[in-house]
Amino acid sequence: MSNASANIDHSNNLSEDEKQLVRPPLVLNQREMGWISNYISSIVEGKTPTWWYVSMAITVPMTIMCVALLGYLISTGVGVWGNNHPIGWAWDITNFVFWIGIGHAGTLISAILFLTRQKWRTSINRAAEAMTLFAVVCAGIYPALHVGRVWMAWFLAPVPNANAIWQNFRSPLLWDVFAVSTYFTVSVLFWYTGLIPDLATLRDRCTTKVRKFIYGVLALGWRGGNRQWRHYEMAYLVLAGLSTPLVLSVHSIVSFDFATSVIPGWHTTIFPPYFVAGAIFGGFAMVLTIMIPACAIYKPLHDLVTTNHVDKMCKVILLTGSIVGYAYLMELFMAWYSANPFERDAFWYRAFGPYWWAYWSMMFCNVISPQFFWFKFFRTNLVWVWIIVQFPNMGMWFERFVIIATTLARDFTPSAWGMFHPTWVDICTFIGTFGLFTTLFLLFIRFLPMVCMFEVKSVLPEADPHYGEDHH
Amino acid sequence: MNAVGNTNAPIYGVAAEFQCARDLYHAAEKIRDAGFEKWDVFSPFPIHGMDEAMGLKRSILGKLVFLGGLTGFLTAITMEFGTSSFLYPLIVAGKPTNLFTVPAFFPVMFELTILLSAFTAVFGMLILNGLPRLNHQLFNWDRFKKVTEDKFFVAIEARDQKFSTRSVSDFLESLGATNITTIHGD
Repeated sequence: MSNASANIDHSNNLSEDEKQLVRPPLVLNQREMGWISNYISSIVEGKTPTWWYVSMAITVPMTIMCVALLGYLISTGVGVWGNNHPIGWAWDITNFVFWIGIGHAGTLISAILFLTRQKWRTSINRAAEAMTLFAVVCAGIYPALHVGRVWMAWFLAPVPNANAIWQNFRSPLLWDVFAVSTYFTVSVLFWYTGLIPDLATLRDRCTTKVRKFIYGVLALGWRGGNRQWRHYEMAYLVLAGLSTPLVLSVHSIVSFDFATSVIPGWHTTIFPPYFVAGAIFGGFAMVLTIMIPACAIYKPLHDLVTTNHVDKMCKVILLTGSIVGYAYLMELFMAWYSANPFERDAFWYRAFGPYWWAYWSMMFCNVISPQFFWFKFFRTNLVWVWIIVQFPNMGMWFERFVIIATTLARDFTPSAWGMFHPTWVDICTFIGTFGLFTTLFLLFIRFLPMVCMFEVKSVLPEADPHYGEDHH
Repeated sequence: MNAVGNTNAPIYGVAAEFQCARDLYHAAEKIRDAGFEKWDVFSPFPIHGMDEAMGLKRSILGKLVFLGGLTGFLTAITMEFGTSSFLYPLIVAGKPTNLFTVPAFFPVMFELTILLSAFTAVFGMLILNGLPRLNHQLFNWDRFKKVTEDKFFVAIEARDQKFSTRSVSDFLESLGATNITTIHGD
């Protein structure tokens, strides 16, 4: 009996029962290694397409708007945002949690699916990791600017200062500083480590001196010797092993910002797993949001990012969306079951107070919309998938808004109640971060290989050193 | 036999090409059994089981990462208790400032452990691999550019005790290699 991957080629000789056991190929149309290098590199090497310029013409002004408004905020003060008392965390922390959550899918795909040996991840991990970095860049803007006097942000770092004051290491806000900065750093390292062999591919294909210099330096002199691969694979395994608890810790720590307080609606132990599930849910939706158009533009990518991949990602969205839905219901149950009048009031206010539209949008987008993915038709039709995943994208923003704004709007005493209204600066800054995110992603598509070439080659049947031999 | 590089410069070794992962794997087993030590196989992707075929031991990187992680952990302990218990004792939520209020200090310990482990993993890997090193004798050979695409190579270095240009190239030929080439330095 030859091994499973070789079976695909001989599937004509198999009985019907055996055919059902053969896994679908990870790369369609029996593409060869050379084709993978040629095609993925040609995206980077070819002439810049018109759609790229058109997209950049939209997203770069958005980015400039974001930067300009941040300059306005720094020069004028946080008052240009709609933050008030009691709602001091408003849109900025909502957007921070929204963006950092999106980042989680990249690490999940690159680390957790690696450890669980899900080989299909190889086609999408590079783009998902890039998305992680860019989302964390967008996220990082908010807490940094929210401190108010940005030039004092270095107070967050434990360095000796003239006041002889040190940080409060028991504060979740400081945990957050360490968690998010570690997450960004480790994500950069993980991403760059994965890029080295592919940068070497680009280096070896270069025709101009400038490109050869740039990609040559970035590839660090990689030669692909097995004595190098040996340490390389260990480093990759270790990074995956480190990133897995890291990604779970980051959103748990973000949830501690809320859960360690005593405010009704925040003070719950369900928050860490509920936040992590929500982050993966929203992140996978964003991966699909950008990968489906990318594959529509670069059609041969469908041989690498197949319907099978999309199907699996939809299943992850269905699972995590259902976990999130369970968490919402459990929150309501606990509010009632606790018999705590403040807790009961907090959730009554969420669902039926002036923010009812945000609450029910969240419920519809995050709980109802992913249920379509029970049906294979919706999981395999790319247009439907793209439409449906827009709901989790929106719903996860509403979730954070509901958690932050409605909770702060109404705590214990009526004298401390209030409403939040965003200003035009709030709105335009948030739109601007989408411009920044998309601009960074467009630059990535243009200058770096969007699919991890060496990993895709390694899951081809002929990559097996016993390919075609009959001794298994 | 071809020669590349500056033919007056010392010989780096003899390199040859294979067409697929399977052939490279079996060639590696035979080179290992022939007792060579200073040699390597080159491939576009890591080949499963090649470490055994080459007779290589497990990478020591994992042990280094443990040390890196330990450093991060101890750094966090020193930083947190040093400042919060000694330099600037801070009473939060009525908790004592002594060394036993660990749980609230745990997240930072965890994050720094991960951070320094990750740094050790990446930079340790680069150091063990002798990277970054932008030039190498093998880059003198034009065909070697295909190693990052879809071709497979073997190089036996001149500093191996059993090396002689003649015998090594005959040996590689007997393994089914093509394009056997002597690689000189610059």
